[in-house]
Amino acid sequence: MKFALAIYAAPFSAQASQTALHFTQELLAQGHEVVRVFFYQDGVHTGNQLATPAQDEQNITEAWRALTRAHDLDVVVCIATALKRGILNEEEAQRYQQPASNLAPEFALSGLGQWVEAVVRADRVVTFGA
Amino acid sequence: MSRKILFTLRHAPYGSAIAREALDALLATAVFGQDISVLFMDDGVFQLLPKQSPEALPQKTLSSSLSALPLYDVEKLYVHAPSLEARGLTKDELALDGLVSLTSEEVATLFGEQDHLLSF
Repeated sequence: MKFALAIYAAPFSAQASQTALHFTQELLAQGHEVVRVFFYQDGVHTGNQLATPAQDEQNITEAWRALTRAHDLDVVVCIATALKRGILNEEEAQRYQQPASNLAPEFALSGLGQWVEAVVRADRVVTFGA
Repeated sequence: MSRKILFTLRHAPYGSAIAREALDALLATAVFGQDISVLFMDDGVFQLLPKQSPEALPQKTLSSSLSALPLYDVEKLYVHAPSLEARGLTKDELALDGLVSLTSEEVATLFGEQDHLLSF
């Protein structure tokens, strides 16, 4: 079955963030297709590769990056909600003359159209953190 | 391909960013020509109150985006009647025209008619 996943929950704050990660891992383990993962609202903080949790805590960003590489996932961070929260890739950092970028390279910055397109293609849509 | 998509809006307008960002998602989905319905439920019914003036917060008012919904061909607008009643509100005092009031059973039917449910 084809799944599109929306994640609104902030990493390290909301349990929904960890639940989304584990749900996605299990979907892939069971052979389902993940059409796209879309980080929206506070979920965009998941893309911040500078997050530095304590060594004995789960690093959600690193776990998503590894999962994305392992399964060649299509992971999109909503550009409008990311920029205002300080999540930028190199291109946007230069465009807005910001001193640094922090988006993990496995993730794409793009618009809500990417989410709509995924919803239309999916058999099931699951939202985490609403 | 057009899908039947229901947006369920359950949060008050200004206490967090979720109502604003839900409307952004709703309008973006409308631009892509999907068959959209909108349900205001729980504290989401507060989004429908007239005379919102969040300028002092400062926040942008949601009302202008809400009143633009018909321009985006979003015309299936529903409000959960028990949510209104629990908050001492009536449909007549709400700012949006064309709202259809639903019982909890009718909300369940509405859910069942959709291809996808998006919750905010």
